[in-house]
Amino acid sequence: MFDDTIAAIATAIGEAGIGIVRLSGQEAIPIARLVFRPVRGSIDNTLNFQGKYGHIIDDRQQIVDEAIVMVMRGPRSYTGENVVEIQCHGGVVVVQRILQLVLEKGARLAEPGEFTKRAFLSGRLDLTQAEAVIDVIRAKTDVSLGLAMQQLEGSLSQRIQGLKEKLYDIIVRVEASIDFPEDDVPEVESQEMINILNNIILDIEKLISTADDGMVFREGLKTVIVGKPNVGKSSLLNRLLNENRALVTDIPGTTRDVIEEVLNLQGIPLRLLDTAGIRESEDLVEQLGVQRAMELVDQADLILHVLDRSAHLSEEDQVLLTKTAKKKRIIIINKTDLPAVWGPEALPITKSTPIVEISLITNDLDPLIRTIISLVQNGFLQRTDQSAIITRTRHKNSLLHAKEDIEQALDTLQAGLPIDLIAVGLQGAIEHFGEITGETVRENIVDRIFAQFCIGK
Amino acid sequence: MFQCSQSDYDVIVIGAGHAGCEAALAAARMGQQVLLLTLNMDNVALMPCNPSIGGPAKANLVREIDALGGEMGKNIDATLMQMRMLNTRKGPAVQALRAQADRKLYQRRMKEVLETTPRLYLKEGLVEDLVTDNQQVIGVVVRNQSIAAKTVILATGTYLRAKIFLGDTVYTSGPQGQHSAEALGHNLEKLFPLARFKTGTPPRVNLRSLDYDQMTIQPGNEFFRGFSFETKGIEVEQTPCWLTYTNRETHQIIIDNLDKSAMYSGAIVGVGPRYCPSIESKVVQFPKREGHQVFVEPEGWNTSEGYLSGLSTSLPADVQQKLLQTIPGLAQVEMMRPGYAIEYDCLDPLMLNSFLEIKEYDGLFAAGQINGTSGYEEAAAQGLLAGINAALYCREEPLISLDRSQAYLGVLVDDLVLKGTNEPYRMMTSRAEYRLLLRLDNADMRLTPIAHELGLISDQRFLEFKTKWNSIEAEVARLETVQIPSTSDTNDLLADLGSSPLRHGVSLSELLKRPEIMYTDLAKFQSLPKLPRDVAEGVEITVKYQGYLKKQERAIERFRRIEGKRLPKLDFLHVRGLSREAAEKLNTSQPLTLGQASRISGVSPADISVLMIYLQQMSGNDLNG
Repeated sequence: MFDDTIAAIATAIGEAGIGIVRLSGQEAIPIARLVFRPVRGSIDNTLNFQGKYGHIIDDRQQIVDEAIVMVMRGPRSYTGENVVEIQCHGGVVVVQRILQLVLEKGARLAEPGEFTKRAFLSGRLDLTQAEAVIDVIRAKTDVSLGLAMQQLEGSLSQRIQGLKEKLYDIIVRVEASIDFPEDDVPEVESQEMINILNNIILDIEKLISTADDGMVFREGLKTVIVGKPNVGKSSLLNRLLNENRALVTDIPGTTRDVIEEVLNLQGIPLRLLDTAGIRESEDLVEQLGVQRAMELVDQADLILHVLDRSAHLSEEDQVLLTKTAKKKRIIIINKTDLPAVWGPEALPITKSTPIVEISLITNDLDPLIRTIISLVQNGFLQRTDQSAIITRTRHKNSLLHAKEDIEQALDTLQAGLPIDLIAVGLQGAIEHFGEITGETVRENIVDRIFAQFCIGK
Repeated sequence: MFQCSQSDYDVIVIGAGHAGCEAALAAARMGQQVLLLTLNMDNVALMPCNPSIGGPAKANLVREIDALGGEMGKNIDATLMQMRMLNTRKGPAVQALRAQADRKLYQRRMKEVLETTPRLYLKEGLVEDLVTDNQQVIGVVVRNQSIAAKTVILATGTYLRAKIFLGDTVYTSGPQGQHSAEALGHNLEKLFPLARFKTGTPPRVNLRSLDYDQMTIQPGNEFFRGFSFETKGIEVEQTPCWLTYTNRETHQIIIDNLDKSAMYSGAIVGVGPRYCPSIESKVVQFPKREGHQVFVEPEGWNTSEGYLSGLSTSLPADVQQKLLQTIPGLAQVEMMRPGYAIEYDCLDPLMLNSFLEIKEYDGLFAAGQINGTSGYEEAAAQGLLAGINAALYCREEPLISLDRSQAYLGVLVDDLVLKGTNEPYRMMTSRAEYRLLLRLDNADMRLTPIAHELGLISDQRFLEFKTKWNSIEAEVARLETVQIPSTSDTNDLLADLGSSPLRHGVSLSELLKRPEIMYTDLAKFQSLPKLPRDVAEGVEITVKYQGYLKKQERAIERFRRIEGKRLPKLDFLHVRGLSREAAEKLNTSQPLTLGQASRISGVSPADISVLMIYLQQMSGNDLNG
């Protein structure tokens, strides 16, 4: 009943170091063929559920990752359709990249719960399971809707909004001149339209490229290092950054007094937030810095709370501890190279709070990193994060389609073809923008025509 | 109250305007006994506003009416005084025929068609009430007499409790001094809620009192085809229209007298259309405009009365006279009838299904302005659909609806019944997502087979229709096979046409894809078969825009996939997993298909998924049960 092919990342972020991209639909096998180069033979003659080893390649034939590809032909598959699973080494960057590749080759990003929905509709699940599917669809949509709203408030959406306005301006003028040829509606000059459309394409490209940059850092766990002065926050930050591949530094668009560093912790992007103020004024009165830190704590997914065991717990430490208690946190008891003045049992924390005792000067960071990874693997935050990726990839996809449509409009325009054909591309593009912001563009066009032009005989 | 043991008629149509005429004709032509009731026998198919038919999207509606066996196309072809083709350079999908009608001739011819149609009874009578029995409509009441029928079509136009506003004068009246249907409005309100819409019309003037030297002439174009497939040729010496402008002086008079305009004094509660604003609104909303267009349009061959398009107003008559005199060419103007605003009852189209049947009452249909639309073409198209469905209802056959990919009529009805409207709805090409495929030239291709099946198109015409499209198909195929070599002769010819030289041989079809090359130009390279102009036109569009058309066809395939999935009548609040907002909206609209459901605002893709699963469960249960 479906003739499009869907794709999605089937594993949670950072899970066990393996990433799976799953495809389902008529074109699943042909699409996999385009992105996968097996070491021997071809995926066309593998047995069902048998893996084939090889490489994922991009358009320039560059290897993206090693992978095992498994083909499950319908109806004997989860969805009842042809299903392909691409298992790669994981790391969110690579999985994301592979997903992008299969989308470029014609797959469509799956809606939340869509694999399960197809499974049900092809009779692979029973009625009770179907009820669960509905819950999945509902829950995931609500989560991604929430995220979409967050994104809408962000700068990305403001830029999309700006782009959309430019495009609306052209469309409304074109449509008004078509629907009201005898009213005083000036026709849009070709050259003006070419300029504006080229402009929009440039804007879209810029947006797509920042989406790529931003993709990684926005996926990261928002992590905040907390602690009073001189407990070793800077040492922790510097060691984390120096010993792990920093992916992005000096990210544009962040506020001036917040520094974000993103690093790849064995495939898990960690987004370290620090206030420049705290760093520069460690020796000064901390009032302002603490306040900023508290705001960051509120936004954080994960708190790294650093304490110094060689000095007595101060009132300030206690205040900070109560503040971070409401968040997922790891307590780092630093300076194990110095004599201890207190022990972990002295802390007002629950038993389940992970504690790492360490010397940030002399010890290996491994115990800390293992603790972070196990937290992620135990599943906190993975759901929201995965939805976040979907939402964003969807936006990027919509932007790419919008760009294609505008290019088509430009080609049509430059070929000297009439305006009704040019309008096909323009309307396609505005509909793709509408997918991002979830508005019904057709009614908007009509409304804007009347708002902008004095029409009516 | 009234006992109707057996039906006097199969179909009763209330109102003989553009919707009512098409409805009655379609039902009678489909074999039903039809009573068409009008308030005034002399005002059948009246054009109370501008004397013109067609324009962007509206012309497409007229062609669709014609393709479905309706009358409007033939009627305007037979009575037009001028024809213009608009948007000629803007592409085949948006080209639009627009005709100026001789208003009286138009009415006379339509009346004659009604009178001579078998099984159709045209009678004068003021309908006061509907007769219903347990949510089933069984007749109407005319002056205390009940007339029984299996179905009733409401096509009351702007006559339901109509009020006219002229400055500070307000009186109960239909357009042009006709009766207002007071009792019917009052009684319908007991059956379902009614809303108030308004519209307006400009002053009419004596064309002999104008100075044409101060205006720009707007002549008709040469044209090769009228609106109807059956019209073979139109022999008419076209009359021109004239264009002039308002100016600052005009605007000042309007501003100074704004408090006397019914529009601005707060007397009017009805909602007016944005695309047809009064001159008061234009001046207030666009204060920077130095002038607004005024088209002077003749109302007929045998009258000096003219229509001032663009000057719709509800200012007092003396102010109207004064402002007219400031307009170039109108200094000596003799105003014959003042403009006015009219307010009327209409229903909320969300009450309708896509067959134009009122969901709450069996056998009750509605068409035209009562459904919240405006325009003769919009009304006629709905009338035709309602007439067809009333006939199918009587025959106990499945009713038909058109979808958004088939016709502007489909877009119109879909928009109305799923989204409702908060102003009189006018068709526009930008409302149609498959505009490239809903063209003037292929309306017959889209709809004539349906009409032939229904018995609304004669076998003879159907044969001609098939011949036309077979010829187009054959010629398109031929153009693909004929190769043109790259010779210096060929390239010289191309240079003459402003086209670049060939590097290698190409087919005629490839050549025709070049924007600068028209079908007739191909004759320079290869002799062409002698084809009728509509065939040549079809060939040109099919070849030139192939890529774009294919793209829209693919989009339509995707659209049809979910469009066709039927939804049972159900209480959506009981469907587990639907958001509450979606369930409530779905309950209000009661969409017939999944596709319709997906277009209701507030219904998300997730809700559609939930519905799909629900449908699957239902069909599974059916199998088990």
